[in-house]
Amino acid sequence: MKIYDLIIIGAGVVGTAIARELSCYKLNIAVLEKEQELAFGVSKSNSGIIHPGTQNHPDSLKGKLCVQGNKLIRKIARQLGVDFKQIGELIVAFKQEDIPQLHELKAQAKKLGVRKIKIVNQTWLRKHEPNISPDAVAALYAPTAGIISPYRLTYDLAENAMANGVEIFTLQKVVTITSESHNDLGKSFLIKTLSTEFRARYIINAAGLSADEIANMVGISDFKIEPRKGEEFILDKKHKNLTKHLLFPLPEKNSKGILVIKTADGNTMIGPTAENCADKQDLSTTEEGLQKVLSSAQRMVPSINQTDIIAYFAGLRPVAGDDFIIRHELSVPSFITVAGIQSPGLTAAPAIAKMVGRILKDNGLALKRKWVFKALRKKTIHLFAIPFSKTAKLIKKDPAYGDIVCRCEMVSAKEIKDAINRGAKTLDGIKFRTRAQAGRCHGGFCTTRIMKILSKQTNTPLSEISKKGPGSWVVMEDRADD
Amino acid sequence: MNKKIICTQCPKGCVLTIDLQNNQIISITGNECPKGQDYANSEIKNPVRTFTSTVITQGLSLRMLPVKTDKPIPKQKLLEAINQVKKIRVCQPIKVNDIIAKNFLDLDVNLIATRNITS
Amino acid sequence: MIKKDLVIVGGGPAGMAAAICAYEQGVKDILLIERDQYLGGILNQCVHTGFGLDYFKQSLSGPEYAERFIAKIKTIPQIEISLQSFVVNLSSDKQLTYLKPGSLNQIQAKALIMATGCREKTREMINIPGTRPAGIFSAGLAQKLINIEGLLPGKKVIVVGSGDIGLIMARRFFLEGAEVKAVVEIQTKCQGLIRNQVQCIEDFNIPFFCSHKITKINGNKRVEKVSVVKVDGDFKPIKESQFDLECDTVLLAVGLIPENELIEMAGAKINKSTNAPVSEKLNKTTISGLFVCGNAYKVYDLVDTVCRDSETAGEQAAEYLKGIK
Repeated sequence: MKIYDLIIIGAGVVGTAIARELSCYKLNIAVLEKEQELAFGVSKSNSGIIHPGTQNHPDSLKGKLCVQGNKLIRKIARQLGVDFKQIGELIVAFKQEDIPQLHELKAQAKKLGVRKIKIVNQTWLRKHEPNISPDAVAALYAPTAGIISPYRLTYDLAENAMANGVEIFTLQKVVTITSESHNDLGKSFLIKTLSTEFRARYIINAAGLSADEIANMVGISDFKIEPRKGEEFILDKKHKNLTKHLLFPLPEKNSKGILVIKTADGNTMIGPTAENCADKQDLSTTEEGLQKVLSSAQRMVPSINQTDIIAYFAGLRPVAGDDFIIRHELSVPSFITVAGIQSPGLTAAPAIAKMVGRILKDNGLALKRKWVFKALRKKTIHLFAIPFSKTAKLIKKDPAYGDIVCRCEMVSAKEIKDAINRGAKTLDGIKFRTRAQAGRCHGGFCTTRIMKILSKQTNTPLSEISKKGPGSWVVMEDRADD
Repeated sequence: MNKKIICTQCPKGCVLTIDLQNNQIISITGNECPKGQDYANSEIKNPVRTFTSTVITQGLSLRMLPVKTDKPIPKQKLLEAINQVKKIRVCQPIKVNDIIAKNFLDLDVNLIATRNITS
Repeated sequence: MIKKDLVIVGGGPAGMAAAICAYEQGVKDILLIERDQYLGGILNQCVHTGFGLDYFKQSLSGPEYAERFIAKIKTIPQIEISLQSFVVNLSSDKQLTYLKPGSLNQIQAKALIMATGCREKTREMINIPGTRPAGIFSAGLAQKLINIEGLLPGKKVIVVGSGDIGLIMARRFFLEGAEVKAVVEIQTKCQGLIRNQVQCIEDFNIPFFCSHKITKINGNKRVEKVSVVKVDGDFKPIKESQFDLECDTVLLAVGLIPENELIEMAGAKINKSTNAPVSEKLNKTTISGLFVCGNAYKVYDLVDTVCRDSETAGEQAAEYLKGIK
């Protein structure tokens, strides 16, 4: 009977950051994910912003963890070979009477320890953000803000954790958690999933939107996850230089407002909306959402046009009150809740991981360093991100780098095979890892080729290739199966 | 009884009115050229279509071989044709116009390849 | 760097017609670059007949039509063909970079013809709200899945758009055993050829809704249903007319966009609304010696016209080359 020291439920950025953080210790760790791909819950729809720590109450847990995370993420990104760009953010005021609010935000941020923030005037904005609306009168400038790919960070955290011994199981939706005592081995949790069961001495509930359901399984019911939907709209890569910084309006009650976002993928993105929503599966976009985002974004950057939009999606923030909930459950010893990780959860993830480590230690888990911890990961190659001279060398080494599959985003057969070898099992899994199918034609030209590569590499019949997991089959029948 | 059909013989798309009595054509009106008369006659007496589809291959360079009938077949035979086509397997290299099924469905037409396929 | 008198990008009917004609007009140093493993372009997946009535005076299938050009081009050794070759960069002085399995190549061309075709408009471009499950296909992708790969994308299909591609695919799905629940067209009447309206829709009694549009796609894993609404003369939805149709597949045949990102990269002017090159005369761009032909120049109805106009591009390139010698 195998008993893990620790099981993390949920393989989003938080779960994988915890797994990677703890993988340097002599522990048997497993991560259970209900989807077929990692990051396919909340993390997939994240905006990819590494926040500086502004727009948070100085006493909030999320404010503190955000400021810490902003520092920690840099080292992690370097070690894992994930691109992080510190591009800075501007919180923009459009009316003179709003300027005091900027000062207020600045004072709050200072209390939290956000570095190098300053108020900039209209002349500064004109010079440093040329496409910004002429109506912008001033802004709070936070240079330590940055961008990163939230899903590639998750995949690379997971990969590095696995290289250090962590086991990750997908398609493992947890259905029950019970306690059991063993004569010789002490106490453990028994976690039953739809297909099998696992045992662990400690559980970390990092289940995102399902965190309340997981908590209920062990009798914790003092919080509820209330999804808050955000719709985002992606512009054609032609507009990658539209802005130089992340642009924020003054914050709204429920959110940081509708932003103009530079992304790690090179596209500009506008959004998100913030609508409370009852259904944890409602990822639909709406006409109203589009109009709201478009008009708000145009207020900041007037040249944005509806025809620039090439893609859109919606995500759900796992809201549980105003702050993060990160705690050891006294009523269920050895069970740790990490819930309500909405914005700035991506930024805070590395700090959350460290905090969880401390909580585990305080509650009796021995953290002894391994002799060998592989902190470094070989950077994933993306042809779109390297110069042709380097591409030429790669093609010499492996001809498949010259075999272009996705023409809009310039992704080669080799990169797709690598993504599959690193764990992609679905078309979307390949898309989020490589960007193949994410360009302006939306996979119109490359889907069949990618299906064939996936089918061959994973020995899966073409009719069993899915978009994002079982049930989302791409095709219904193969004539060859007749 | 009057029946209206759209003539497909050119992009103009004349709406033809056919006066039918006991399945006999009494008159055809609405056509702007003589092609319309012939089209209406064939659509009433024996509507025909060229059947096109694909045949699965085995061990060749492409998974599917496109095929067509070398002459049009009766319209009501199209579904029968597709069911028959799904049963065929091609295992040898093929050239355009090669016969894939002789006297297809006993209709006195051949099913022929419309693409070259190598091994 | 390798030099070529004429480089043609795209080995569909436009590129092949231009290459052959340029050769016949005296250009003897030609490179034809094709991204796929085969020449023929999109014709290869158009297995229905009706091509070539004007050019060949015969009703050919797409692959047969392509084969006529392929057979001819292969007899001309002065036209070098590079398959599985993908152009990644183009400069205003006509230097091209292309990748193929095993090599990155750079070429200096004296004249260039771009015959890069079109891409299909996506769901996002016509802005259909709703979820993003599996089962949403562009018509061309579905055509490729069925005709080239033998894979049936779905069994209960809604076709959006009644252009020829939408109509042809409605019939193809029907004949493959799928139920085509509706063809939905926002305009007041069918947009495709009369022949296709009759032989693809009426022959099989496929429900046709003109002056209607899809307002929402539903389903989490796979498409489950769509909401359809009637529109008024200004294409505004008439709310009370809304109804749902159960389906597992939404097929989008809502138009084509010329692919001109490469010439845009080289600095040629592009019409922002059509994505076609800004052009004073057939096939010309704002860069001299850089021609665009076929569907990349404008969206054509008939391949016969593509070939004739692309032959003109071949002549134009030949003339341009004579002029600079």
